[in-house]
Parts: sequence; structure tokens; C-alpha cells
Amino acid sequence: MKKLMLATAAAALATSGALADVKVGMITTLSGGGASLGIDTRDGFMLAIEAAGRDDVEVVIEDDQRKPDIAVQLADKMIQSEKVDVLTGIVWSNLAMAVVPAATAQGLFYLSTNAAPAQLAGKGCNANYFAVSYQNDNLHEGAGAYAANEGFKNTFILAPNYPAGHDSLTGFKRYYGGELAGEVYTKLGQTDYAAEIAQIRASGADSVFFFLPGGMGISFLKQYADSGVDLPVVGPAFSFDQGILQAVGEAALGVKNSSTWSKDLDNAANATFVADFQQKYDRLPSIYAAQGYDTANLLLSAIDKADVNDDAAFAEALKAADFASVRGAFSFAANNHPIQNVYVREVIKEGDIYTNKIVGTALENHANAYVDDCKM
Amino acid sequence: MSTILIIEQMLNGLQSGVMLFLMAAGLTLIFGVMGLINLAHGSLYMVGAFAAAAVAGLTGSFVLALMAALVAAALAGAVIEILVIRRLYDSDHLDQVLATFALILIFSEGTRWVFGSFPLFLDIPDALSGPVTLPGGIEYPLYRLALIVAGLLVGVGLWVLIERTRLGIQIRAGENDREMIAALGVDISKLYTLVFALGAALAGLAGALVGAIQSVQVGMGEPVLILAFVVIVIGGIGSIKGAFIGALLVGLTDTLVGIFLPELLKLFMDAAPATSAGSAIASMSIYILMSLVLIWRPSGLFGARA
Repeated sequence: MKKLMLATAAAALATSGALADVKVGMITTLSGGGASLGIDTRDGFMLAIEAAGRDDVEVVIEDDQRKPDIAVQLADKMIQSEKVDVLTGIVWSNLAMAVVPAATAQGLFYLSTNAAPAQLAGKGCNANYFAVSYQNDNLHEGAGAYAANEGFKNTFILAPNYPAGHDSLTGFKRYYGGELAGEVYTKLGQTDYAAEIAQIRASGADSVFFFLPGGMGISFLKQYADSGVDLPVVGPAFSFDQGILQAVGEAALGVKNSSTWSKDLDNAANATFVADFQQKYDRLPSIYAAQGYDTANLLLSAIDKADVNDDAAFAEALKAADFASVRGAFSFAANNHPIQNVYVREVIKEGDIYTNKIVGTALENHANAYVDDCKM
Repeated sequence: MSTILIIEQMLNGLQSGVMLFLMAAGLTLIFGVMGLINLAHGSLYMVGAFAAAAVAGLTGSFVLALMAALVAAALAGAVIEILVIRRLYDSDHLDQVLATFALILIFSEGTRWVFGSFPLFLDIPDALSGPVTLPGGIEYPLYRLALIVAGLLVGVGLWVLIERTRLGIQIRAGENDREMIAALGVDISKLYTLVFALGAALAGLAGALVGAIQSVQVGMGEPVLILAFVVIVIGGIGSIKGAFIGALLVGLTDTLVGIFLPELLKLFMDAAPATSAGSAIASMSIYILMSLVLIWRPSGLFGARA
């Protein structure tokens, strides 16, 4: 059914796009385990495009199935036969690493709605590559700053054993500064955390930081809540996202998490976004939807200012970030990654729905650690 | 490293092994009796978890949820046996792998179509939630203890079924010589459907029991399926006893090596590389175990001599 609607939407866009002068290729995850992230990215992005009511932007959407090889094939097809001007939509860092360098080398623009690995922020930065979401370390840095502010002295940290997991713990430690009661890398895709929770119990920690995106976080939180270990938990927004909170349920209540966006952020753009999203899709938006929405609005703002075929002018128009972000104040650092606030949210229950509310700001106008490594 | 932590980790290993056994028992039974490699076994695990989550959401009863999981998985198993699997018994293993892989895709997208892309909620029943204090001052989640007991009970039940009942005799006979038992007047196709549904129900039960402490989402079955294959290769394909011993070995190895190897390496090297290297080697541990068992006994611990 969703596939069908997507196809119709794409067809409608394709027909109305006869006069299109900017063609956007969206590669994102629409099937398999991580589909909810890609679906939110797409829905947020398309909400902004449709709200603008323009007929000069055409969007082609394809499903990467969370597989790097498929993402590369799709990118090649979009670049060579669809002749897109801009690529966007990839959720996962390993897929982004497979697609982005090749695409920007061919003169395309890539706007990241989510993944922003360190390699593309530092030495591998590119004038045609913009991360509209964050730099991968940002939310973990925010969690570290929060832990330091709260006076945690002996934190137990864990993340999956893959590049983004290592970045996560590095980012956390960059701002935390206290002692570590333990540092554990779990298997990627692990579903049982009994062994790690027993270690936490035995370690004498005063708090826990974890980065376990998607289903891994659901499993960890449910098991942690049932274990009787009663230490404060902090994590990045990925494990407390709107899409998965309902599956965690009560176990997440009261947990603090770091995020660049929340549905209760007080600005006009966000109020419109949250209301429109709920009205159109009948569910609350997630951070992925917010990032998709911002990416589309940034793109539209640049199209108004410059011709997409004039690389230098279009890059300059993007860099101006002349759009109303749902995250409030937003600008780009020298390496085309955002300067924005990182907030602390708390999981609450509103009626029957589990969601987040902002309880503080961890880092203000925060850029990233790789700006100086980027020589554009 | 305290004794309490070691005992707690052994309980964790035991619990994960017992749940693996529920998956592996069905898989090995189906391979032993029908000679079929069923990659879609993980999908039946997912069906069980989703059925349980849906029924628990509607009725709030965990017992009803478990029954729904058993029924839904057994039904799904019987239906695919009759529609698809039955045509594959005489084909070679490659055809079976292709067809059952197709079933994985159909089940995954079908589940997404019915339930949507977001993970479902399934919680531990109130009566079993929270930790209990065991003798020696070990705090351990009650639900996990219940999982160990449930798994062992199912193990005993299976043993009785296979060793002590008429159906069990037919199943064992079917493993040895299927032409002969057909010639003796046993309705072989009905027996096959029954065995397949039984294996499916066990997978569904495992999915529902484990779903309460994990994430109920599309694709949840495949990682478990890989472990279950490791278990039946270690235990000897077709052997329920082998599946039981193999599952406990895999559960304990996976848990204990994952925890203690990084600690052990820290005695010889810095903390950060020890953690990294330890985790990396630990994730290979069960495959190393499998290779060692196969070198020692090429057809698995309790496998029929090839």
C-alpha cells in the first residue's frame, strides 16, 4: 500500500515535472529493519516540497534496502540515466561513505538528511557536500556535556562495534571528562544485553551512556528497566526517537537524551511542521522527518537564489542557509556542517503517547571538531 | 571479577541457550525428518512475536499472547508446508534455499504491510517483571528465570514426544527411512505437515517469549536463524539432543567469551585496544567453536555418521 502511494506520488511529480529545472534523487531506506527512518526522512522531505507547491522541482525516490552496494547502483542510475542535479536521503554512514565521495567528484550536490561521518567533515570535505542534519559526533558530544553538567563522575559507556559506535564513544568522552566505570563495544545488531547489564551492575558506575540505534536500543532499554539496576541513563536521540518510543513503552520514561530537534522546540517553523506532518501522515514526526523537512527547505531556498548548474553560485546559496529551520538558529560552519544547539530532552507520556520534551541546552551554537581539518 | 558476576553471566548464557534451543529444535527436526533446509524458520519466529504483540495489545493478556503466537506460527508453518515446501522435498538443497529465501522476503514485506514499519510493543507480564534475589545475593530478572524454566520444560516435553509416543516413533522412523514407513501405511505427507507445524510453533513460541524483552520488528528472525544453524551444525543435524547441547554451548560461549575475553586481554594490553580486539574476537567465538567441533567430529556432536 505504501509502495503504491509512493509510486503514485512519484508519478504525479514526474508528470507535473515536465518543466522541472532541478531534479533531486532521494536514496533512502524504505524496506527492511531500518525502514521507519527512511520513511520519515522521505515524508518530511516531501512535506516541505509539496507545501512549497512548486513545479520546478522533481524528486525521484528509490529504496536502498540499507545495503551499500544497492545505494551505489541507485546513485549511478540516478546520475547517469535520470540526470539528477542533487542527491539526498541516505540514513546510514556506511552507505553515505559509499555514495557521497563519488557523487560529489562527478560535480553533483549531496545534501545529507542524516548520516555525516567524520571522514566527510574533515579531510574528505567537499564544497558540494552539505550535512543539513549534524556531524555524527554532535549528539554524543551533547550527551557528554550533559553528563559533565550533571556531575556524573563514573559513567559506564557502551556502543556497537562499528565506525559510528567508535565515533559515538569518542564524541561522548570529548565533553564528559570524568572517570569511566567501563567501556564496552557490543555486537552490531545485538538483541540481548543481559551480559552488559550484569557488568554495569558489578562496575560501581553512577550513570550509563549508551548509543544503540533502532531495535538495539529498544531491547537494551526494556531489559535495563527490568534488571533492577537503577542508575540514570543518557543517550543520543536515536534511541528515543518518536518511531521507537512506543515500542519501548514505560521503560523509557524519564530518560534524558540529547537532540538537535524536538517537537516542542518553540519556533514558528517547527509549529507549522509538527502540525502539518501530523495532519498529513497521522503520526508525530521524528528527528529524521525534521531533518528531511529542513533539507528540502534549504534546497528550495538555494534554488530561489542560484542556478543549480552554476556550482559555485549554488554552493554559496546553500551555504547562506537562508531558510527557517525547525531547529531555530541554524548556519553552516566552514566545513558545510551545521552550527546549532544541542538540547537535552526527557521522555514523557502525553495521553497515551510516549514522546520527548526539552529540559535544557547541552551545547549552544555548537559546530564540530573537524572544521580545521577541512581544506576546501 | 566476583563470583556473583560469573554466576549471573552463566545464567545469562543458559537463558540465551535455552531460547536458541527452541529455534534450533524445529530447524533440526525439519532437516532430520524431511531433509529440508528451511531458511524461513526465522520468519516463523517473527510471526510468533508479531502475533503475540498484536494479541497482547488487544487483550492485555500475556497467556493469550503466547497461545496466539503458537497458533499463528503453527498455522503459518502448515500453510507454507502445503503450498510451497511440499514441492521441494525431492529437489536439491539449492532449490530449497532459493524457495525458502523467497519466503523470508514474502513474510517480511507481508508483515510490514499488515503492521507497518515501526517496531511493536510487547511487554513482560506484571507478575514476572522486576528482579528477584537468588541465594548468594544475586539479583536476577524473574522473567529470564521463567524463560530458562519454560525452555527446559519444552525440552523435556519434546524428549517425551520423540522417545515415548507413537508420533515420536513415526518421526524417528521417518528420519531413518522414509520410503519404508510410507510402505508401512503411515500417511507421510500428513506426518510432514505435522512436523513442520510443530517446528514452526516452537519458533513462534521462542519469538513471543524473547519478543517481550527485545524489539518486535521486521527482520528480527534472521540473526537468530544464523545462530540456530550454528547450533544444529554443532549438535549434529537431525538430533534433538544435539540441538539442546549445541544451543547451551553456543549460548554460554557467546555470553561468557563476550564478557570475559576483553577483561582477560586487559591484563596484557591497554584498555581501549583490549576492548576493541576482545569484542571483535568474541563475535567470532561461536564460529571458532563450530570449527573446533567439526574438526573433532565432522558430523557434529550427535550427528549420524555421514
